[in-house]
Amino acid sequence: MKLLTHNLLSSHVRGVGTRGFPLRLQATEVRINPVEFNPDFVARMIPKVEWAALAEAVDCLNLAAIPKEPIEGFEHDETFLRKMHHVLLEVDVLEGTLQCPESGRLFPISRGIPNMLLSDDETET
Amino acid sequence: MLFLPLAKRTHGGSRMIDIQTKMTERALELLCLPENQPCYLLDIGCGSGLSGDYISDEGHYWVGIDISTAMLDAALDRDTEGDLLLGDMGQGIPFRPGSFDGCISISAVQWLCNANKKSDIPAKRLYRFFSSLYAVLVRGARAVLQLYPENSEQLELITTQATRAGFTGGVVVDFPNSAKAKKFYLCLFSGPSTFLPKGLTESQDAHQATESTFTNERAPHKMARRGLMKKSREWVLEKKARRRRQGKEVRPDTQYTGRKRKPRF
Repeated sequence: MKLLTHNLLSSHVRGVGTRGFPLRLQATEVRINPVEFNPDFVARMIPKVEWAALAEAVDCLNLAAIPKEPIEGFEHDETFLRKMHHVLLEVDVLEGTLQCPESGRLFPISRGIPNMLLSDDETET
Repeated sequence: MLFLPLAKRTHGGSRMIDIQTKMTERALELLCLPENQPCYLLDIGCGSGLSGDYISDEGHYWVGIDISTAMLDAALDRDTEGDLLLGDMGQGIPFRPGSFDGCISISAVQWLCNANKKSDIPAKRLYRFFSSLYAVLVRGARAVLQLYPENSEQLELITTQATRAGFTGGVVVDFPNSAKAKKFYLCLFSGPSTFLPKGLTESQDAHQATESTFTNERAPHKMARRGLMKKSREWVLEKKARRRRQGKEVRPDTQYTGRKRKPRF
């Protein structure tokens, strides 16, 4: 699971609504995957990123800290974009858990795949 | 016959791969993404990542959701580029609003019409799927869902729930006259209504070897617009057209169809 995906994932447990974000990340195995740098894509995704959640995830994984927020004119700052490319697309959480902040429900991550299956009781009607 | 796990059966075989890839290509075409722009897409029922590979080849990034661990394991073995999630689309799409630039699905959505457990109500699961899909798409983005509806009632159940969830759009039917090649694509728009592309016919596709060359395309099945006044002339015409599409016998439309009647009281 890439950190970009983590930054967009939100708990869909019944009754949680918008309070299901961000999922608290805990990782026991992380891998770095080289991914081809595409500045257009990174620049387009930056505005979608919830920065505080990303900073928290980076901290959880003991990665090098990211800037406090996107810098002015980030679209043309290759150094910044490369740094964000690495954090968002090259860090892969293989084993760990995601926790719904509202319900406390744990979603396990195995082989890089989060298990988001809910029981009947947990599903919104 | 050797029992093969479903993952191997549906992925293996070059003809199957070719069909899946073709349908992905067509779905992406119908998605009408802006040119030369790498997008972030959702692949519903991504399976072993065949469709995802095509999305990656087109320069886009994607997240796939599938309910089958066997299929996802196969995707891992194939080293797909998109992120994978184990999930049930009928439980909702667990993402923040406006996460995706578009969504495709190949041969998956009709499964929502099956009640796997006694507690499953297809209409509810469909509505849960479509309403959450609507939310996670960027405003104005599209979803193109290739599916195999069992019959017209099932297709209507599906489109009704999609409309309830806020989508506009309709069904594009490719090769309506070929039992083998006929394909349904549910094209949904999350913004204001735009035109629905025409379905493909035999005469347009050079690779189809056909004996007959009639171009008898059915008119695109447009979903009833929300806000169509009940009992208005437009509503009556749409209802009659729908019944014709279902193959029922309907009186021809005339200038008197749906005309205002004298009040009875």
